[in-house]
Amino acid sequence: MRLVILDSADFVADWSAKYVLKKIKQFKPGPDKYFVLGLPTGGTPLGMYKKLIEFHKAGRLSFKYVKTFNMDEYVGLPRDHHESYHYYMWNNFFKHIDIDPANAHLLDGNAADLEAECNKFERLIKEAGGIHLFIGGIGPDGHIAFNEPGSSLASRTRVKTLAQDTLEANARFFDNDINKVPKQALTVGVATVMDADEVMILITGAHKSFALYKAVEEGVNHMWTVSAFQQHPHTLIICDEDATLELRVKTVKYFKNLSLVHSRLIDEDAP
Amino acid sequence: MSRDFILQFTNCFIIRDHSVVKDDLWVRNGKFIDPEKVFFDEKTPASQKHDCAGALIAPGFIELQVNGGFGIDFSHNTENIEAGIEIVARGLLAHGVTSFCPTLVTSTPEVYQKVLPKLKPTQGGLHGASILGAHLEGPFINKLKKGAHDENTITDLKEGPKSLLNVYGSVENACIVTLAPELPGATDVTEWLTKQGVTVSLGHSMASLQEGLEAVHCGASFITHLFNAMLPFHHRDPGLVGLLSSDMPEGRSIFYGIISDGVHTHPAALRIAHRVHPKGLVLVTDAISALGLEEGTHKIGQYTIEIRDQKAFIAGTNTLCGSIANMIECVKHFKEATGCSTVEAIEAATLHPARVLGLEKKIGTLAYGADADFVMLNSKNLSLKSTWIAGNCVFKSDV
Repeated sequence: MRLVILDSADFVADWSAKYVLKKIKQFKPGPDKYFVLGLPTGGTPLGMYKKLIEFHKAGRLSFKYVKTFNMDEYVGLPRDHHESYHYYMWNNFFKHIDIDPANAHLLDGNAADLEAECNKFERLIKEAGGIHLFIGGIGPDGHIAFNEPGSSLASRTRVKTLAQDTLEANARFFDNDINKVPKQALTVGVATVMDADEVMILITGAHKSFALYKAVEEGVNHMWTVSAFQQHPHTLIICDEDATLELRVKTVKYFKNLSLVHSRLIDEDAP
Repeated sequence: MSRDFILQFTNCFIIRDHSVVKDDLWVRNGKFIDPEKVFFDEKTPASQKHDCAGALIAPGFIELQVNGGFGIDFSHNTENIEAGIEIVARGLLAHGVTSFCPTLVTSTPEVYQKVLPKLKPTQGGLHGASILGAHLEGPFINKLKKGAHDENTITDLKEGPKSLLNVYGSVENACIVTLAPELPGATDVTEWLTKQGVTVSLGHSMASLQEGLEAVHCGASFITHLFNAMLPFHHRDPGLVGLLSSDMPEGRSIFYGIISDGVHTHPAALRIAHRVHPKGLVLVTDAISALGLEEGTHKIGQYTIEIRDQKAFIAGTNTLCGSIANMIECVKHFKEATGCSTVEAIEAATLHPARVLGLEKKIGTLAYGADADFVMLNSKNLSLKSTWIAGNCVFKSDV
């Protein structure tokens, strides 16, 4: 596992966007060779999307031959609701880039048959040849996508009932009314993400520091689903200083000493 | 252009929800469409992108009161009517106007019955701005506030709707009727016209505020060229001007046309109206046949008009003979005179006139589903760059 510790959330946005840029360019996608990205929503990756849009507008990056799969979506929330992940992805990313709409995949939380929708999603990922780079964020309780504490680490895409903590945390986006928060979501499973060639997890802010500690310094635990990625051969966690507050000094120093190695990861000229 | 051709305007600022935002504008089959739905439901990209080079896109201007232009006067040009209308309709495109109400001043029954059937609502295009229907200003007005109308042709409404139909023949092609509410029979006529879907506008009138309010209760919703041809504001009887600050019946509001050409309404009067009732303000040019003509002397019908310093005079005199302001200049002057925002200035020429006619879902807006009638303006000085109707460019400025 690599842990890249950066000064602030801005640097996390910058670093992760540069990494995506490099990965896509190195892959040299084309009509017969699509780069496949897994994508998150939420506040943490927003800065990364902004940077990616900048790269696109500057002519440095095209998404013409990129396929995307989003991690999750609420069940039963109208698609044009400002909290729906369709709304998020359209307004914060897709409308600004040159991706072919046919290649942007999101789970439909309003599908008549939710289970069929989830199975279709898994099938589409398989048909795309699997995901090259899955980008994720986590909740303060260490959940990745909507894989709430207690989720099976072998889970696949499915309907998930949200934990009370999540409902309470999300009420602020729904007029502070917990009854308006959707109770269920469709989400990729932990195993779905594990299948990706590479996983990059963005973690910023002091409120996520305990989750980062659980992810890095404690054992694999289904109560902190992000910890599963200790078992993945290519996991990259990008965090800011604030998120390291619960880590041991030894851990922080170790990963910080690797900063030269890490900076080569986003150097476009480095292999 | 094929049926499902999607045009995406990029690199532009647009007016959305009463503010200017940097966003793209998508058009298909002559209407604005929601690109999010196209993206996720249809999974199709735009067929073509149009780089707007940073322009401000606003809805096309709607002109509710224009008497003619380019040498044509709708009320006097009774021969070859269609050709005359077309000249004006095409000319207005260069002013950013995408739809308008050709206005007839007080005329004889013969004129109405000859001209009115030719003022059918028509879809605009390269040939000219859309015609929404006629604005009939008179002849049921008060002789004491006749303005430039012919006193001998002014008549009354004693027999209610029958008097009206005796003169007009039909109101089929009428959008707006300006009348004086104090005339006997005006109340019945106001109710009747409102039922027919015709907007009743109050003007050329000596009405008190009370008479104005009664007319509003009967359905009147517009005031014709505020301050002009009505009682001046008086603090004990504010007259029709007082409607701006009066309580309206539930769910209703009053709109008023105002000529913001820097000549016909003093900037201070413009500011008073705007500050009292900004949401009701509708910019009208009330332009005469000399609109759009070059500086110099022109013979129009029986008159000789001289255009000097962007004003129209009766030739050889200093007597103003009407407005020749164009809509884009009125918008700019209004913004300058009142210090209002760009959005407010534009909405006074787009959203508000559309609301007067109950057409705000169709025109005067960039909302999804509305007609793709719009203008591209220079974002800094609001000068007109191009005019578009149903998603097609119908005028392009050389500048």
